[in-house]
Amino acid sequence: MATLQLENLKKSFGTTHVLKGVDLSLASGEMLVIVGASGCGKSTLLRLVAGLETPTSGQIMVDGRDVAQLDPAQRDIAMVFQNYALYPHMTVFDNMAYGLRIRGLSREDIGKRVQDAANTLGLGALLKRTPRQLSGGQRQRVAMGRAIVREPKVFLFDEPLSNLDAALRVQMRAEIRRLQRRMRVTSLYVTHDQVEAMTLGDRLLVMHLGKPVQLATPMEVFEKPANTYVAGFIGAPSMNLMPAKLGHGGASAVLEDGHVITFADGRRPGQDGRKLTVGIRPEHLRPEPGGIEIFIDLVEPLGSETVVIGRMKNGELVSVKIPSAGSIPETMSVVIAPEHLHVFDGETGLRVEAV
Amino acid sequence: MIRTGKVDWVAHSILLLGVALFVLPVWLVFAGSTQDSADIARGDMSIVPNLSQLGIYSSVLTEAAPGAQPVWRMMMVSFGMALVIAFGKIFISIMSAYAVTFFRFPFKMLCFWTIFITLMLPVEVRIVPTFKVMAGFNLINTFTGLTVPLMASATATLLFRQTFLAIPDELVEAARTDGAGPLRFLKDILVPVSAANLAAMFVILFVYGWNQYMWPLLVATDPRLDTIVIGIVKMIGHEALTEWNRVMATAVLAMLPPVVVVVLMQRWFVKGLTEGDK
Repeated sequence: MATLQLENLKKSFGTTHVLKGVDLSLASGEMLVIVGASGCGKSTLLRLVAGLETPTSGQIMVDGRDVAQLDPAQRDIAMVFQNYALYPHMTVFDNMAYGLRIRGLSREDIGKRVQDAANTLGLGALLKRTPRQLSGGQRQRVAMGRAIVREPKVFLFDEPLSNLDAALRVQMRAEIRRLQRRMRVTSLYVTHDQVEAMTLGDRLLVMHLGKPVQLATPMEVFEKPANTYVAGFIGAPSMNLMPAKLGHGGASAVLEDGHVITFADGRRPGQDGRKLTVGIRPEHLRPEPGGIEIFIDLVEPLGSETVVIGRMKNGELVSVKIPSAGSIPETMSVVIAPEHLHVFDGETGLRVEAV
Repeated sequence: MIRTGKVDWVAHSILLLGVALFVLPVWLVFAGSTQDSADIARGDMSIVPNLSQLGIYSSVLTEAAPGAQPVWRMMMVSFGMALVIAFGKIFISIMSAYAVTFFRFPFKMLCFWTIFITLMLPVEVRIVPTFKVMAGFNLINTFTGLTVPLMASATATLLFRQTFLAIPDELVEAARTDGAGPLRFLKDILVPVSAANLAAMFVILFVYGWNQYMWPLLVATDPRLDTIVIGIVKMIGHEALTEWNRVMATAVLAMLPPVVVVVLMQRWFVKGLTEGDK
């Protein structure tokens, strides 16, 4: 168990600034999930911690020791790769034992550690096979086993589930979480899958264009997104974001079509007419007469629920999640539940809290 | 592969024709080796071997013509030369391909292109300067002089570079996090992973080394360094005096080692040339 701290970590490739300064502090045994779209720098961040890239500036501290200049093997860190990166010519046992052999552990120690890890992961019967004789899920387990046997201070996961099919992904997700909980190893987990992000992490770091945008518990990120990017990124289908203006006395938002939504949690600061962006999740729109009129484009039945995608009068797209019903009409009127309204600044995109 | 229930006669005839085209000359040499030299010289050679004359092979192997080495000695020289050239080429090529693929160093691309350009300069082209260099090192008429100039190989370097480029970065990174340094990575991961390509390369290079003619002819005038290929040529003298049956028997013997190597390594050879990704 160890803490992990990143201080003003930056990385540039030539003139491209991939990471623009990240500060992060993980408590011992904590699992932090880094999520973001492709190219947001999340993988680079992980590779910097692993020692596979050298930071342009900044510090990486494991248990208070700066490891930024050390070789990957000296950092007491284990990484699980997206494509598993198993040694194709070695058996499962040798794959897990390789790093230990290099470190010069005794034969008995190696055998015991590998056996323990194999039992934990249900690989006991497969130790003599080579990777090509294994299924995707089994390979994934071997990759994790290789990380576990080293008894590292920090685990790094680089999108470890994205090569698996959907059912297996759900199963492995739960397994990783259980394993991490039991072993209490400080972990960084990079993913672009928001379901993984929501379910796996103690805390969630959302990254955008090389910068951290929000660091909080998954529920907090979901309930109080720090800006419009996070609001649109977390949650499926995405939150509806619409331009609006601050109404009289800061007590309401006025949509472009003149609809007034009174804030349920108090007034917002600013002059009347301040530019806002209001957000409402699809599940918080109720089909009810007298609301916003939408013309329906597309209906996506999901079984228990149905997602309806339509356009408002000004052409903006709106998605609505409703309980599955019979037929869907061509137009529909939806009412915004004001207690679920998110308010952001129209220019900076930052969340505007009630005063 | 397309499998149909019926035998495809057209395809099979073409294949059989191809086999005949390759096998017939070899068969003629074998048949000739068991017949009387004068008959062959006259041109009435039977295509049926005279099996009572198979003793010629042991005679050729062990009995030397005047001023020459017995065939087994020449075969040893050839075998040694082919092995040293094949292993030497593989060793040097792996090292250079490893360097230009996995490391960043100044003038890396210059190094790569310099190696690449030597493709245009095979031994035959640079034979005079190479001879001069070998003479300068006093390596004429030595086994070193026979093999070393044939070792540097751009072809093998390029092939290994392609193989290495196909190895996923994550494998390198996994080895790094496991604590494997450059040499250990080469030995434990890279060479085993490229084993099929290595075997294919070995077969090609062994045959290449075995078939060398021009360079051994120039650099080794000492009969003790005669390779089997040189030996055959030396046996062919004046038309009437040439013992054609002995020449043909030697030719058959000269064909055997490459065939054995190819047959033994065939499975690996095909795998190495066809298996793209692993």
